[in-house]
Amino acid sequence: MRFVLKTDYHRDSDLFRDRVQFSWYAALFIFVLCLPIVSGTYVESQLTTVFMWSIAGAGLMILVGYTGLISLGHAAFLSVGAYTHAIMLDLGVPFFVSIPLAMVLCSALGVVVSIAALRMTGIYLAIATLAFAMIVEKIVKNWSAVTGGNAGFKVAPPELFGWELNSTAYYYFCLLVLTLVMLCVSNLLRAPTGRAFIAVRDSEISAQAMGINLLKTKALAFAISAALTGLAGTLLAYQWHYLFPDSFSMLTSIQLLMLVIIGGLGSMSGVVFGAIFITLLPDGIATVREWLPDSIGNLPGLEPLTFGLLLILVLIFEPLGINGRWQKMRLFFSQFPLYRNKTLKRQKSFLRTERVH
Amino acid sequence: MDTFFQLLLSGIAQGCVYGLVAIGFVLIYKATEMVNFAQGDIMMLGAFITITLINHLDWNYFLAVVTAIGAMGLFGLALERVLLRRMIGESPFAVLMVTIGLGFVLRSVAGMIWGHDSQSILTPYTDLPPLRFGEVVFPVADVVVVGATVVLCGLTFLFFRYTRFGVAMQATSQNQLAASYVGISVKRVVGVSWALAAAFAAIAGILLLPLKSAYPHVGLVLGIKAFAAAIVGGFGSLPGAMIGGLAIGLVEIFTKYWIDDIVQFSVSETSVYILLLLMLIVRPSGIFTSMQRKKV
Repeated sequence: MRFVLKTDYHRDSDLFRDRVQFSWYAALFIFVLCLPIVSGTYVESQLTTVFMWSIAGAGLMILVGYTGLISLGHAAFLSVGAYTHAIMLDLGVPFFVSIPLAMVLCSALGVVVSIAALRMTGIYLAIATLAFAMIVEKIVKNWSAVTGGNAGFKVAPPELFGWELNSTAYYYFCLLVLTLVMLCVSNLLRAPTGRAFIAVRDSEISAQAMGINLLKTKALAFAISAALTGLAGTLLAYQWHYLFPDSFSMLTSIQLLMLVIIGGLGSMSGVVFGAIFITLLPDGIATVREWLPDSIGNLPGLEPLTFGLLLILVLIFEPLGINGRWQKMRLFFSQFPLYRNKTLKRQKSFLRTERVH
Repeated sequence: MDTFFQLLLSGIAQGCVYGLVAIGFVLIYKATEMVNFAQGDIMMLGAFITITLINHLDWNYFLAVVTAIGAMGLFGLALERVLLRRMIGESPFAVLMVTIGLGFVLRSVAGMIWGHDSQSILTPYTDLPPLRFGEVVFPVADVVVVGATVVLCGLTFLFFRYTRFGVAMQATSQNQLAASYVGISVKRVVGVSWALAAAFAAIAGILLLPLKSAYPHVGLVLGIKAFAAAIVGGFGSLPGAMIGGLAIGLVEIFTKYWIDDIVQFSVSETSVYILLLLMLIVRPSGIFTSMQRKKV
């Protein structure tokens, strides 16, 4: 077991706990950097997808995992980001202008939704965001003059100063964006703003008592979250080549939520775990289908069934997701003969009521 | 004017279905403060069980209806016992996600068993001629939905007002701890709430069948609209849920016939959500306020 000697209060909020942790992250970065040289295009494109889902997940994690607000409608921001980007590319705007503009539009929308929704808590907020997403979906579907409607909208390929980016270049581009996003979010979370998010999540009342402006903090969390999800949307637009309204349905929102939950609420590494999981799951199911007898393996709807079952099982047995399990395993090995099963046992509480009669 | 009455009745009939599903939401919310997002999918399951009994096993309509409602009640009871009782004390968000997962499971299982095509049943009142009042034609199916809902609402009112168990359920919804102190079995109350909610959903599904055929995804959108109904009525009030359902049904049908033609844009698909958002902004506590925000 490693102990970190802290000689300064600032060490508590350092980006990396110590040099060992830093070198692990550096090694991971170099590994991902070198991977396209040795791996085939399949791994490369899968990893690109993982990067994009991670960015979207980072956006949702700020909201759900750190501020404790629920959004069932994040696909709307994904869709607004993707469509804004694609439409602006169509008008001849270069991508380094259109991506920030799409992000600004998303965060503005996020603020509008949040101001409407923030007087409510918990479940009401979830429903308000769901209603918002439904409205956005229907607008995208019906406003075919601009979005192409159900016929789809073709996205111009990524270009930099006249060069068309091939898939490897695009992989590096997404990696760069993801690294920037992760650094920014981690820095945000150890700064006063991020601390305010966490305080709001843990107890609104005590956060208020400490002088945090609830409305502002929540609106800010919403804006950042929407902007990051919009950013992921712009990247997805490139990856998918064609945009359809059905690609951004309620199921996409729930898939994003699953990513955050299965990865592990309240941790940025959980986002990456969740993204890997979401990307690999369809392939995993396809593999399992081949092993199963035809009568079961060929049934349609095996995929949503697995999604639903996994979601239920994770929430019941490991509410902290893959990241929580990973932390437990690490603790087990670092304390090896002395690890007690109940160290991290969850405290069950009684019904916590939000009502006043 | 005739069209107006025509639309009014079909709006009310559709609204009754929303209201019945919404009552299920409210029952569960009041008893456990859980939000059951799979309510629409439970409705779908009830409809499919009825279809199986009538179309494939050739049962009598009334016998099949009673059996389906009973089976769904037991299903609700089992669901609470197996799944939701484990979630007591978890955050509302976790419970919400569990029921969303449950919705996925129910939809895909229903798709595997009954296929993805639309199915419907023949009811004893399918072939009856529509009722006529002057120029206005009322389809019998719509009238049956409204009538059944009125009867059901009356029974629910009597149950909560005059039976011992109904009063116990009211007490539990006000304060679980105090209810258990005076000797009410809170676990049983919660279980029965789930059973009742599932039974209401089944009735809604059965009434919906002649109006609209059933397919595995029918519950998803309908459930969201019913949810909107529950919120419009003030989450936590049974009459509110019914009135919210009627409001949603009417708004939907009138925007479809009046506004869509004028603006050449399908407003009706979003009108429910716009109404919901407006309601949440203007009066988040709903028409019938039954709770306030917790303060220090």
